Amino acid sequence: MLFSTMITVLTTIGIVLVFLGEAVGFFKEVSVWEFLTDTEWTPLFANKHFGILPLLSGTLLTSFIAIVVALPIGLSIAIYLSEYAPKNFRKTVKPALELLAAIPTVVYGFFALMVVTPFLQQIFPDMAGFSALSAGIVMGIMIIPFISSMSEDALYAVPYSLKEASYGMGSTRLQTAFKVMIPSAASGIIVSIILAVSRALGETMIVAIAAGQQPRLTANPLVPVETITAYIVQVSLGDVPHGSLEYKTIFAAGITLFIFTYILNNISYVIKKKFHQKYE
Amino acid sequence: MNKLKINRLKDSSFKIWGIISTLIGLILLVIFIGDILDDGLKRLNWDFITSLPSRKPERAGIYTALMGTLWILIMTAIIAFPIGIAAGIYLEEYGNKKSFLSRLLEINISNLAGVPSIIYGLLGLEVFVRMLKMGPSLLAGSLTLALLILPIIVVATRESLKAVPDSIREASFGMGATKWQTIWMNLLPASMGGVLTGVILALSRAVGETAPLIVIGALAYVPFAPSGPMDEFSVLPMQIFNWVSRPQHGFVINSAAAIIVLLTITIIMNGIAVYLRNRWQRKIKW
Repeated sequence: MLFSTMITVLTTIGIVLVFLGEAVGFFKEVSVWEFLTDTEWTPLFANKHFGILPLLSGTLLTSFIAIVVALPIGLSIAIYLSEYAPKNFRKTVKPALELLAAIPTVVYGFFALMVVTPFLQQIFPDMAGFSALSAGIVMGIMIIPFISSMSEDALYAVPYSLKEASYGMGSTRLQTAFKVMIPSAASGIIVSIILAVSRALGETMIVAIAAGQQPRLTANPLVPVETITAYIVQVSLGDVPHGSLEYKTIFAAGITLFIFTYILNNISYVIKKKFHQKYE
Repeated sequence: MNKLKINRLKDSSFKIWGIISTLIGLILLVIFIGDILDDGLKRLNWDFITSLPSRKPERAGIYTALMGTLWILIMTAIIAFPIGIAAGIYLEEYGNKKSFLSRLLEINISNLAGVPSIIYGLLGLEVFVRMLKMGPSLLAGSLTLALLILPIIVVATRESLKAVPDSIREASFGMGATKWQTIWMNLLPASMGGVLTGVILALSRAVGETAPLIVIGALAYVPFAPSGPMDEFSVLPMQIFNWVSRPQHGFVINSAAAIIVLLTITIIMNGIAVYLRNRWQRKIKW
């Protein structure tokens, strides 16, 4: 059994070693400075540039759009379900929303490309067939249940006496929610948001299908971009020989993504452990 | 208007906004599924399920991909189930929870659960496909997916063991049972519902995963269904991804039909998980 437990540790060590190994090989040929500052990413072209910034900006742009969509809706759902909704309604709606998170991401990609993009093109006629906006919105829909479910759990865990005290002071439900419940459940809510961001950064299929494959440094959501994950998919689908520089680029891109999500996950873990309020 | 009225107005308008937000999620779910059914149902028939892939959309089927998905599902379960449960039991029952090692293991597992799936794909590509020379085979694919869902199973096992009250453990020890007998005869049967629920949910996630399998080199086009663990394979999500990326409208219809099959599998698995959870919750009262 100890051995089984150690497999989880070996996985982590494996990830770190694999990435270090391939990334060291990559950075022998491409300087770290070029990797971090070059504004073009064209490793598959004749004129090669290895700047991670365009991929990073694509990743951050789609994730940002996703959070802008998911945060207000997800939090409103959480507050509504915990403060306003009748108990039975909450009981049926919560699993239904969690079903949104169980749908395979490739299915979301289909929606983004076939439903959301044509719809958005009616609003923005000059929008391209692939765009950060469409992928970001659909990704936002996907992560709504992450935020709503975990935040609702956090709000639900706040002791009833706090709520009653607030009502006793004559507060409305809205005032209770925003001035008592949310501050009390803040750590849980923040953790849910961080985990949702981390999930959005690593999301692959939606952006691979609907965001396009053109790495570019832009904040314009209407043009095609490429995320780190989409680039890894693009290279994997092609026939790239093992050990070539192109092969190593996917590990260099992957380690960038890994570092980002690793930091976010650790922050959420620390918050969960440290600021978890204990009530009597 | 006085302040009280304004506050009450704000309160009720937020209530309406809350209902709208909740419904947005549900309505989108209905629109999505309705759209898929609308596109795919007319294409979905027995021929579609039993046909081999083809370049012509009207003749293409999902047989090889469906078989690949079933292979992956079973092999991943065989690999991940014992390891995940053993690790969960160790962490919950044997490990000293305050020791440095246990804390490290716990942080590690919670971290692994947050690692993007595509990173597991890169790990599988380097370790299973290249170093252990498995090639883009079913075995490499299921090992990769097993690592991916391991943290979920470990956490589910620990949670359900935690839910078994200490009095059960003490009673068993009091009867002279060893630690292993206690775990095997009392704790595991009592927590099996939660464990199985976690395992099935984890497997349903594995069935829908595409990214790690693309990275390890699973193919979109496989002429025959796999017949052994070392064969090359395709899975339903790969097939859908491949069809979605093609320009012909016929393939879009095909991908919608394949999505119906994939969603059916996912929903059945989630349904079983919910059923098990409810059944066990009702049966066991401490």
